[in-house]
Amino acid sequence: MTHDRRDTGLGDLALEAALRRVWAAAHGLWGLLATVDHKAIGRRYIATAFGFLILGGLLALAMRWQLSHPEARLLDPDRYNQVFTMHGSNMMFLFAVPVMEAMGVYFVPLMVGTRNIAFPRLNAFSYWVYLAGGLLLWGAFLLEMGPDVGWFAYVPLSGPQYSAGKRADIWAQMITFTEISALAVAVGLVVTVFKQRAPGMTLDRMPLFVWAMLVTAFVVILAMPAVVTASTALILDRLVGTHFFNPAEGGDVLLWQHLFWFFGHPEVYIIFIPAVGMVSTIIATFCRRPVFGYLAMVLALVGIGLLAFGLWVHHMFTTGLPRLGESFFTASSMAIAVPSGLQIFCWLATLWGARPRLAVPMLYVLAFLFTFVLGGMTGVMVASVPLDTQLHDSYFVVAHFHYVLIGGAVFPLLGAIHYWFPKLTGRMMGARPGRWECLLVFAGFNLTFFPMHILGLWGMPRRVYTYQPELPWAGLNLFASLSAVLLAAGFLLFFWNAWRSARHGAPAGENPWGAPTLEWATASPPPPWNFTRIPVVGSASPLWDSMGELTVAEGLRTDRRELLVTSVMDATPEARESSPQDSIWPLLAAIATSVMLVWSIFTPWAVVWGSIPIAVTLIGWFWPRGTPEDES
Amino acid sequence: MRQRVVADLSGLPISGERHSSPSWWGTLAFMLIEGTGFALAIGIYLYLAALAPAWPPVMPPDLAAGTGVTLVLLASLLPNALLSRWTDAQDLRRVRLGLLVMLGFGLVPLLLRILEFGALNLRWDDGAHGSIIWFLLGLHTAHLLSDLVETAVLAALMFTRHADNPRRFGDVRDEVVYWYFVVATWLPIYGCIYWAPRL
Repeated sequence: MTHDRRDTGLGDLALEAALRRVWAAAHGLWGLLATVDHKAIGRRYIATAFGFLILGGLLALAMRWQLSHPEARLLDPDRYNQVFTMHGSNMMFLFAVPVMEAMGVYFVPLMVGTRNIAFPRLNAFSYWVYLAGGLLLWGAFLLEMGPDVGWFAYVPLSGPQYSAGKRADIWAQMITFTEISALAVAVGLVVTVFKQRAPGMTLDRMPLFVWAMLVTAFVVILAMPAVVTASTALILDRLVGTHFFNPAEGGDVLLWQHLFWFFGHPEVYIIFIPAVGMVSTIIATFCRRPVFGYLAMVLALVGIGLLAFGLWVHHMFTTGLPRLGESFFTASSMAIAVPSGLQIFCWLATLWGARPRLAVPMLYVLAFLFTFVLGGMTGVMVASVPLDTQLHDSYFVVAHFHYVLIGGAVFPLLGAIHYWFPKLTGRMMGARPGRWECLLVFAGFNLTFFPMHILGLWGMPRRVYTYQPELPWAGLNLFASLSAVLLAAGFLLFFWNAWRSARHGAPAGENPWGAPTLEWATASPPPPWNFTRIPVVGSASPLWDSMGELTVAEGLRTDRRELLVTSVMDATPEARESSPQDSIWPLLAAIATSVMLVWSIFTPWAVVWGSIPIAVTLIGWFWPRGTPEDES
Repeated sequence: MRQRVVADLSGLPISGERHSSPSWWGTLAFMLIEGTGFALAIGIYLYLAALAPAWPPVMPPDLAAGTGVTLVLLASLLPNALLSRWTDAQDLRRVRLGLLVMLGFGLVPLLLRILEFGALNLRWDDGAHGSIIWFLLGLHTAHLLSDLVETAVLAALMFTRHADNPRRFGDVRDEVVYWYFVVATWLPIYGCIYWAPRL
């Protein structure tokens, strides 16, 4: 009787052999294309996102070269428009959001003690759709069809009247690709956190990073439909002659800005909240104490997630909205500094007297604290309408959001890569190059972007392809451009360090940092089934409180992919649920979806005919195969 | 790390039902995403209506077809509830019947929908008003259509050897919940398109 095979009483070796039979991916290309292992998908996502970071960084260097002296001729105005649009769109939609979700894809299932993410096939599908969206955008750029309307593609510039050709459509459809993928991941993360936590991991024992990813997933779910709606309406205006954004026919250009920023502002927090979770994780481990004020931290995360939806109009202060509205959004913009500040104080309280170990991840956290606080303070400044009116569309704003996004999210991300590198590769990331890289990135960043505050105050507008020698901007621009080389050198060292360490780094072992959370209770990198036996949790820091002994549960089947479903609040076991086998159908569905989306840039009939192959692939995906996973 | 076994899970069921089932939660999450989309579309309608000097700029749509869709959708709630009950009882014969009936209730509104587009008295490119009412109707039609395909596949599945399985009844239950969602999202859209211009 095959369905009687359980792990009960099996020795470790026999159990691992049995689990390998059902969980391991097939060898070769087929296995690579069909795998639904959250770790394989997560690693792939992270590597692809960092690939896009390099491409976006090269565009940034091209812009810095162009701006390093007046009247430069490296990029002509048209190319410059494409370059800054590509840089922003690429960094936001192809790097920042995907990489943060990817960290969740890899680490959330490990941190909650389960064997795979919920809906693993949807997760695999999301990666392929994301990759296709990235290839669409960059392929178009190489064909001189790169979007040139800015990363927020304001109408009427991006509308049919002022943007002939397909450039704006490429941008709008890239949005569809990346949002489908982000939403799919968000659904998987929410259900993993709600239903697949290890027994005993009540909500108040959940790691702060998991809380952060849960809040992020909800923000994704509530924010992304706005930009999908907006970009669909834009494509309709451009393709079939609707008039959503055409004032001559009863439409409205500000409608675009409302819809875009109702997504666009939460987008910043979609990037920032996971980073906050990473910072809390790293600080706790290197201070060897739980983060001060767990409840306050969780409430701050939830508070930021909620307030994120009440600030979008502060991007529109110069559009002539009613005064009362502006006052409301000034107040709400300043209000979000309260939960953000609360977190900073909780981290400081954790650091206080803790004598933290200054390993590389911790150095990045210190770089984050300094830089993010600066970015936060300029944020409070531009929340005020009179100042914003003065500084809108200037380099001050460019400096502000790079401080928040790079200081607030990329620094913690780089620290998190160092921190979790052992779980990703099984090896430690080099500490000595790590310290140099952190120093270079931190110094290079501040030297590049701090002068931009001053340039903005001196009146330099953003998105200009050059400036005249009479203007007083040349010196600081040259300084920023030279500093950008330093920043790029830091990133280069980071990538070299990661590349080399993945091959020759010191083997890490299960828990090299002495960390408290469950991802460190299994091998580095974890086997395809993550945990040989599902852990049972009795505290918020299970590995610190367990005295070197992990409490586990047994009784799961070994003849099918099986994991545990627990209750939402208390994580009491409810069922042993199966987890889907590997499948090629998610890839086929992603190909069908991509064909339909790209085709629909050119004709609305693509939606009709292109939907048929999508339906076929979805039926192939969901049709039961009579495997043990289908038993119930 | 040393391990100590403290719990035996072998007595648990080998698949979760309702709120123990991940797919039940997944359905809810997708309803939240799509519900946000519907809310935004209605928001756009109200925003454009508030800006327009006169709303609607032309005569309101004819009521017959849209009201017909509404009545059919409301009538479908009864067989949907029965299907839900038969699913709970895992009564395969009745579930098959219920799915076939629901297939009909999915098809009729789609046929009426063809008339509905004609009764709007506007094309999608007749100003922003035309654009948004076509958008609202199109968004809901996409849901009707995808639900029809889903119901058809599920009905076909229930006539195969894979049918007699609690997991399949769970799939039908998710489909029942989703149909409630498709009906519920129609009512505010019906109000916007047909009754808001008559207020």
